[in-house]
Amino acid sequence: MTEGLVVRGLSKRFGGLVVSDGLDFDLPPGARKALIGPNGAGKSTFANLVTGIHAPSSGSIRFDGADISDMDETARVRLGIAKTFQITTLFTGLTVRENLRLAVLERERRGFRLFCRADGDPEVEAEIAALMDQLALEPLADRVVERLAYGQQRLVELAMTLALKPRVLILDEPAAGVPGSETHLITDAIEALPADLAVLIIEHDMELVFRVARSIVVLVAGRILTEGTPAQIASDPQVRELYLGGAHG
Amino acid sequence: MKRALPFILLLAGTAAMYLLMPYNLAFATRILVMGIFVLSIDLVLGFAGIATLGQAAMYGAGAYAAALFAAHAWAEPVAGLAVGAAAGAVVALLSGLVLMRASGLTLIMLTIAVAALLAETANRARDLTGGADGLRVAFGPVLGLWEFDFIGQTGFCYAAAVGACVLGLLALVARSPFGLSLRGLQSSPARMAAIGAPVYPRRVAAYTLGGAIAGIAGALSAQVAGLVSLETFSFTLSAEALVMLILGGTGRLWGALLGTVLFMFAHHYAAAADPFNWLFAIGALVMVVVFVLPGGLLSLPGALKGGRHD
Amino acid sequence: MTLLLNIALDGIAYGMILFLVAVGLSVTMGLMRVVNLAHGGFALMGGALAHWAGADLGLGFWPALACAILGTVALALPLERLVYRRIYGFGELQQVLATIGLTFIVIAAVNRWQGSALLPVPLPETLSRTVDLGFRTLPAHRIAVILCGLGVILGLWLLLDRTRFGIRLRAAVDNRAIASAHGIVTDRIYMATFGLGAALAALGGVLGAELLPVDAYYPLRYMVLFLMVVAVGGMGSVTGSFAAALGLGITETAARYLVPDMATFAFYGIVILVLALRPQGLMGRIA
Repeated sequence: MTEGLVVRGLSKRFGGLVVSDGLDFDLPPGARKALIGPNGAGKSTFANLVTGIHAPSSGSIRFDGADISDMDETARVRLGIAKTFQITTLFTGLTVRENLRLAVLERERRGFRLFCRADGDPEVEAEIAALMDQLALEPLADRVVERLAYGQQRLVELAMTLALKPRVLILDEPAAGVPGSETHLITDAIEALPADLAVLIIEHDMELVFRVARSIVVLVAGRILTEGTPAQIASDPQVRELYLGGAHG
Repeated sequence: MKRALPFILLLAGTAAMYLLMPYNLAFATRILVMGIFVLSIDLVLGFAGIATLGQAAMYGAGAYAAALFAAHAWAEPVAGLAVGAAAGAVVALLSGLVLMRASGLTLIMLTIAVAALLAETANRARDLTGGADGLRVAFGPVLGLWEFDFIGQTGFCYAAAVGACVLGLLALVARSPFGLSLRGLQSSPARMAAIGAPVYPRRVAAYTLGGAIAGIAGALSAQVAGLVSLETFSFTLSAEALVMLILGGTGRLWGALLGTVLFMFAHHYAAAADPFNWLFAIGALVMVVVFVLPGGLLSLPGALKGGRHD
Repeated sequence: MTLLLNIALDGIAYGMILFLVAVGLSVTMGLMRVVNLAHGGFALMGGALAHWAGADLGLGFWPALACAILGTVALALPLERLVYRRIYGFGELQQVLATIGLTFIVIAAVNRWQGSALLPVPLPETLSRTVDLGFRTLPAHRIAVILCGLGVILGLWLLLDRTRFGIRLRAAVDNRAIASAHGIVTDRIYMATFGLGAALAALGGVLGAELLPVDAYYPLRYMVLFLMVVAVGGMGSVTGSFAAALGLGITETAARYLVPDMATFAFYGIVILVLALRPQGLMGRIA
C-alpha cells in the first residue's frame, strides 16, 4: 500500500481524561474515509492531533514515511495536511477574494514580501478565479465574508483549504449548520475533489457520509469500534445500537 | 482622482501649516513626529491586531540612540534616523520574541512593563543619558546641507520629508502580501495557522517593523528638539498616541493621521487654556468613539450614510 | 538577621498596601473579566471623599473612611449600570480605552471639586503612634494596614468560596447564559460585585495613602502598578493578587535595602519574568 498518512497507537490525555486511546489509522492517497461516532467520542480531537493543533500524549503520526508527530501546525500544513474547522473560521473582515488570495500567497510562501502588491500577480489571481468558479463563489467574490450566509461561508472555508493544494484534506463537519437546501453544494464540491487527494470527513450527516465515503471508521469513547465499507457499517448491529440508533431514533 | 484626494489634502495641509503658523513651526513639527509615531502603532495594532500600550519603548530607544550616536559618532541627522530605526527594531525584536507569544491583557501588561524597564534603565544610566535632566544634543546640518534654524523651518521640512517617506513605505506595505497577512493575523490567528502561515514569526516581524518606524519617530523628535528626555519612554505617550489612533480609526493610514492632527490641535489650544477641562473633553471623546463610532472618525461618513462602503 | 526582619516587615507592609489598593481591581477585572483601568479612579473618589469629610465636614478618620466607601459605592453603581454593563462584551483594547476615558473624566471632576493639590486624610491618634517591636519601631498605621489586608483576604475568601453569593457570582462569570437560565439574576450579581470592587478601591485608596499619596492624578500615576499586581497574580484569582502583591512588595523592598539602584528593575524584571513564563499569571486559570 502507498504511504500517505499512517497513525499508530495515538493517544491524547487532557489531565486525567483520555480522549484518544491507542488509535491506529491509515489514510492513503485517494482515500475517501469518514470518521463517525457519538458526541464526545474524540473525533475533533483526532483531527486536531493529525493537524498538529494538539500534541499527542503518545503514539506516532507518519506522513509519506516521515515522522511528523512533533511538527507544529504550520509545518504540517506546508507538508500538505489541511483541515476545515468545525466552526467556520475565516478572515471575517476581508472579502472572499482576499481570503483566498491570502491562502494562495501563504502556500507560495510569499507572506513576508513587503514591496509588491498582494493583488499584483496574474497567476495568483487566475488561480483564485478558478477556485471561486469551482465552488460557484464568483458572485460573492468582493463581498465581505462576515456578511455571507453560513452555508456560503462553509464553501469559502472549503475553497481556502483547497487553495492550499493539500494532499490530505480533513473536513471537520463540513455540512454542520448548513441549511438542507445548500448541502448539495458541499457534497458536489467534495465529490469533485482531485482523485489522488486523501480525504477524511468527520460528519454527523449520514446522508453525506454514505454518499461520499468509501470507508467508514466508527469512533467511540476515544477508541476505534470498527471500520468498514458503508454497507458493512450500515448493517453492523453494534453501530446501529451505538450510533445510528441514537442519532435517528 | 478619488484615490489621490487624501494625498492632495495631506500635502495642502502640510503646506498650510508651514505658511499659516510661521512662528509655531515647532508645534507643527511635533504634529508630524507624532503622526509618524501613531502610524507605527497603526501598523502594529491597526493592521496586525497586536494590542500594545508600550510603543513608547521603541520611540524612546530611537530617540536616545540617535542622540547618543550624534553626540559620540556622527551628528548628521539622516544617519541618526537610520540608527534610531535600528534601535527601535532591535528593542522590538528582542522584546517581541517574548511578547508575541502572549495575547490579550497579558500582552498589554508586558508592553507597558518593557517601556517602564527601559525608562528606568535610561534613568539609571545617568552618565550616558543625563538621567532625569535629559540629554541635550546638537545635530549637524541635514545631509550636510541644511542647518537646523531657530524658527524651525529646516526642522519642519525635514520632518515633513521623513513623514512622507514613512507614509509612502507604509502605503506600499499595506497593499503587499505582508500587509494582507497582517490583516489576516488580526482577523483570525487560528485561520492563519491553518493556512500554514507562521503566526509567531509574522507577529514578531510586524512588531519589529513597527518598532523601526517608532524608532524613526523618536530619533526625529530628538533631532528637531535637540533634546531627549525620559518622557520619550512614558506610558502617557503610548496611551495618548493610542487615543489619537482610535480617534481617527484603526487599520487605515489616513485614520492615524487624521486622529493625530485633531488630537494635537485640540490639545494645543484646549490644554493651554485649562488642562483639566481638556482631560474631561478627551475622556468624553474617547468614550464616545469607543461606544458610538468604533471605526473612528474616518468611518463617520459611512456611518452617516447608513452603511459601510468597503 | 535584623536586616532580614526589616526586609520582611517592610516588604509585607508594602505588599499589603499594594494588595489593598489592587484587590478591588482583582475583583472587577479578575472575576468580571473587564479590564478596568478606571480602578484608580474609584480609589481617588474614595480618597477625595475622605479628605472632604475630614477637612470640610470635620469628621474623624473612621467616619470619613466610612463616608468614602459608601460615597464611592454610591457613585460606582450608576456607572456600572450606564457604562460598564455595555463594555463587558468588548475586546480588551476597547475596554482599556473606555476605562481610560472614564479615568480622565474622574480626574477632571475631582480636580474641579477639590483642586489638584494633595488630598491628605489625617490619621487618628491610635494609628499615628509608633509601636516598639524590640529591634525597631513601626508606625501603628502599618500594623493596621497589615491586619486590614489579612482581614480583606479572609473576608473575600469567605464571601467567594463559602456563600451563596460567591457561588452565584462564579456561576454568572463562567457562563452568563446558563446562570440566567438557572434563575440567577446576573445583572444584580454583576452590579453587587462591581460595587464590592469600588468599595475595596476606596478602602485601599484611603489606607494606602501614606505610601501612595492621593491627588487628582492618582489614577494615572498608579494605574500601571495596580494592573501589574493583578496581571502577575492571575486573572480571576484574589489569592493570586495577594501572593503577587506580597511577592512584588517584598522583592522591591529587599532590592531597596540591598541594591537601592535596582529596585525598579527588580519590580519590572519579576513582572516580565512571571508573565513570560506564565502568561495567565501565578494563579490564573488557563483560558
